[in-house]
Amino acid sequence: MKFLLMMNAPYGQAGDHEIFSWPPEAIQAHVDYWGELNRELKEAGEFVGVHALTPPKQARIVRAGSDGLPAITDGPFPESKEFLAGFWTVDVESAERALQIAAKASAAPGPDGEPLHMAIEVRQVMSAPASDQA
Amino acid sequence: MTSPLSEAAVGHLLRELAPQVLGAVARRHGDFDAAEDAVQEALLAAATQWPAQGVPANPRGWLYHVALRRMTDHVRSEMARRRREDAVATQVWADWAFVPPPGGDVGVDGDDTLVLLFMCCHPALTPPSAIALTLRAVGGLTTAEIASAFLVPEATMAQRISRAKASIKASGIPFAMPTPAERGERLRAVLQVLYLVFNEGYTSSAGADLNRPDLSNEAIRLTRAVHALLPDDGEVAGLLALMLLTDARRAARTGPHGELIPLDEQDRTLWDRALVDEGVALVSAALSRGSAGPYQLQAAIAALHDEAPSTEATDWPQIHALYGLLRRMTDNPMAALSHAISAAMVHGPAAGLEMVAALDADPRIAGHFRLDAVRGHLHQMAGEPERAIAHYRAAARRTASTPERDYLLTKAATLAATLAAAQPQAPSGE
Repeated sequence: MKFLLMMNAPYGQAGDHEIFSWPPEAIQAHVDYWGELNRELKEAGEFVGVHALTPPKQARIVRAGSDGLPAITDGPFPESKEFLAGFWTVDVESAERALQIAAKASAAPGPDGEPLHMAIEVRQVMSAPASDQA
Repeated sequence: MTSPLSEAAVGHLLRELAPQVLGAVARRHGDFDAAEDAVQEALLAAATQWPAQGVPANPRGWLYHVALRRMTDHVRSEMARRRREDAVATQVWADWAFVPPPGGDVGVDGDDTLVLLFMCCHPALTPPSAIALTLRAVGGLTTAEIASAFLVPEATMAQRISRAKASIKASGIPFAMPTPAERGERLRAVLQVLYLVFNEGYTSSAGADLNRPDLSNEAIRLTRAVHALLPDDGEVAGLLALMLLTDARRAARTGPHGELIPLDEQDRTLWDRALVDEGVALVSAALSRGSAGPYQLQAAIAALHDEAPSTEATDWPQIHALYGLLRRMTDNPMAALSHAISAAMVHGPAAGLEMVAALDADPRIAGHFRLDAVRGHLHQMAGEPERAIAHYRAAARRTASTPERDYLLTKAATLAATLAAAQPQAPSGE
C-alpha cells in the first residue's frame, strides 16, 4: 500500500525555512539524516519518490477567476504556523510501517542537534483494489 | 537464426521458456540466486536480439547457453578474487567451466516450474516479495515490467527481488521438491500468491496502460501451468476456474470512463462465454471428485453468477448455501459478509442486516468500508433511502480505492436526487 508522508516545517523568524540560519554542522547533520532515511527506504524496496520543496516565499497560489482569467497571489497561507517542506511516497506492507517511517522523519535533527519533532502528515494514496461484487 | 517474430511474440516465447531454463540452470548448479540473475540477463539479451536478428533454431538451448556463460563469467571473476586471497580447489572450477553449445539440447523437467514456485512463494517471504520474485523467476517478466505493473521505480522493485532472494538464501531452502508432508501447505502458499497476482491485475485494469503487463493474464497463465502439472488437484483446478469465471466479466466490469459497474448492473452479453464454459467445466469436474476446498467453493459461486441470465434469476439459495460452507471452512470475515448478502437475497434485507450487525464484533472487519457499503445496499433494498445514503457516504469516506469511492458517492447522490424529486415542492414565497 502506498502512502504520502508530508513534512510540515515551522516558519522561522523570517517566515521561511529556518534552516538558512543554522550553523554548517547542523545543516550537514540534517542533510545526512535525510540521506540515511532515503537509503533505508531504498534498501527495503519501499521507496517510490521524495521531493523537497523550495521555500514558501517563492510559492504562488493560483485560483481560476470568474472572468476566465486566473488570479495569482503569493502563498501559501500567511496565517498558518507551518508549511509543507517536502514529501515522500512510500510503498509499504502496512499502515504501521508508514507511521514508523514518519516517526523517523519527524525526529530529524535541528540547529542544536536535537530532534525537530516536525509534524508529518501520513495519508494513504487511493490505489487499493476495487471489486464488482457488493 | 531463422524465423522473424514481433517483439510481443518474442516476449511471449521468453515468458514460456523462462522457468524451464531457470530450472535447468538452478538444478545444475544449485545456486538459485546466481542462476536467477543469469537467466534474467539472458532473457534481456534475447529480448533485444531476437526481434532484430530472428529467433534461434533452439531458443531454449540459446538461453541456457547464454545464462550459463553469464554464470561462468560471474564465477570466474569471483574465483579470481578468491584466488588472490587463498588457494581454491580446482574441482569447483571444473564444474563451472563447461558450457554447452547454444544449439545443445536442454533437459526440461516439468517439475522445475513447481519447484521454482515452491521456492518463490515460500511462507518465509512477505506477500509483496513473493509476488515480485514469482513474476520474475517463474513468469519471466523483467524487473522493469514488474515495477511498472506495481507503479514503483525499477530500482525499488530490483531491491525487493534481491531482498527476497537473500531471505531464501538465508533460510537455506534447497532447490528441490518439498517433502510430501510439506507439499500441501506449500502448495496453498503458491495458490495464495497466484490469487494475489490475479487480483492485482483484476482491479488495476481500469485505464490500463499498454506498457504495463496484464497481471491477470500472467496469473492465469501460471495457474494453467500448475494445473497442467497437477491435473488431479481440486484446489488448483478451483483457483484456475475462479480466475477464468471472474476474468470472463472483465469487459462488463468497467464503463467507458473506467467507472466501476457492479455485478447486478453489468451487461451480461459482454461476458466472455468461452471463459465461462471453461471455468464451469473445470469446477464441475473438480467438485465431482469430492472434498471441495475454498477455491472450488468460490469458483462454484462465480459459476452460478456467470450462468444466471440476471440478478433476479440467480440461484441465490444455492449461493447462500455455498457461502455458508465457505464460511465454516475458512472463518473468513469477507465470506461472512458475502453470506449476509446472499441471506438478504433469499430471506430479505432484514435477515442480511442482522448478519452484518454481528460482524461489528469481529475486529478483523469492524470499521471496514465494505460493511457500510453492504449496509447501504441492504437499506436501499429495504426501501430506506436515508439510511442507505448515510452508509454509502460512510463507506465512500473509508475506502482507499478511487473507482469504489466514485461508485459509492454516485450511488448516494442518485438516491438523494430521487428523494429530493419525490419531496413535495415547498411553496415559493409570493
